[in-house]
Amino acid sequence: MSEPIISTAPQGAPTPDPSDPVRALVAHADDNLILAQRLGEWISRAPELEEDIAIGNIALDHLGVARALYTHAGQLEGKERTEDDFAMRRPEREFLNVLLVEQPNGDFAQTMVRGLFFDAYQVELWADLSVSEDTTLAGIAGRALKEARYHLLHSSTWVIRLGDGTDESHTRAQTAVDTLWRYTAELFEGAASGYHDIWEKVVNDILDEARLQIPDDPYQRGGGRRGFHSEHLGPLLAEMQWMQHSHPGQEW
Amino acid sequence: MVTITATLDLDRAREVASRVVDPEIPVLTIADLGILREVRAVSGRVVAIITPTYSGCPAMIQIADDLRSALGAAGFDEVEVKTVHDPPWTTNWITPEGVDKLASFGIAPPGDEIVCPRCRSGSSRVVSRFGSTACKALMACSSCGEPFDHFKEF
Repeated sequence: MSEPIISTAPQGAPTPDPSDPVRALVAHADDNLILAQRLGEWISRAPELEEDIAIGNIALDHLGVARALYTHAGQLEGKERTEDDFAMRRPEREFLNVLLVEQPNGDFAQTMVRGLFFDAYQVELWADLSVSEDTTLAGIAGRALKEARYHLLHSSTWVIRLGDGTDESHTRAQTAVDTLWRYTAELFEGAASGYHDIWEKVVNDILDEARLQIPDDPYQRGGGRRGFHSEHLGPLLAEMQWMQHSHPGQEW
Repeated sequence: MVTITATLDLDRAREVASRVVDPEIPVLTIADLGILREVRAVSGRVVAIITPTYSGCPAMIQIADDLRSALGAAGFDEVEVKTVHDPPWTTNWITPEGVDKLASFGIAPPGDEIVCPRCRSGSSRVVSRFGSTACKALMACSSCGEPFDHFKEF
């Protein structure tokens, strides 16, 4: 990336060790969990029944990936932390997801553009991790790769349809690209930097077909991977974790 | 003094485990689907090893529960269900018998050629890429007009 990433992290915040495998697993799990929770907000309100089902299914895929990764992270860490400990009993500052996934759903165009940016990234991520030396991670990633391709097919089809659609749908899709582009550089921090160029090509081809423009403004935000989030994550966690805060230790 | 060495009837445990059905598609057993990878004995316990299908498939929790209760009811007191992710499950693991059962249940099996399970026409269109469960897409037959589920190639 040539553009500087402006971090929401305060000056002097500690730099985490990017080679810590547990931390990397938790970061990827957090991306999936938070996006699953966001997508779940669409259920019963999507523009049509098929979309309600599609978004619900995509959310379930992300949730399933998050659960498998948390469980694996807990086993690697060896401190007996469970998937529930990771998901329900950590404060905001310990969540390592990128800012993109915690952004509000906005309108349907914004959700589909967020999906395009994230799905195209996950296709590269899972392809890479599916040949990891960690065979459990490789198995989780191999399955998630097929799902991410399917998610990308869904989001890109909609972005093209909306961008190359009516004046109204085009305006909304362009507004979504302008709003969310600033959260894309963060996806390629650290180990993921190698996927950026292929990602940019995939996304550019879709945006071209959709007659959508990447904004000129080079401003990019980051910080999520170090636990510094936008104002949107706190309320999401408050809702998601409410039951555990009210009834600590409760299980199904 | 008589010493009784309890030996685990592993063949029976395998048979009981392989009869557990998928809660969403009850004509298929988990053996038909290729979810059940192995049943083995580890120091007096039965260990059933399963591989999840789709990441988002909520039936996996039910399947693990059903395995424990089926084996428990068959007299196996100590049962462990282990989830193994590697290698990842694929629709190629569905047995030929499982493929036939899917078709007779009204679900077009995975594969390039999608055949309407009602009129056998090979001409259909996608209504929704996402269907009633994670593994299915919703199709409509171009000949008889009926909607049907298609088990997605994975």
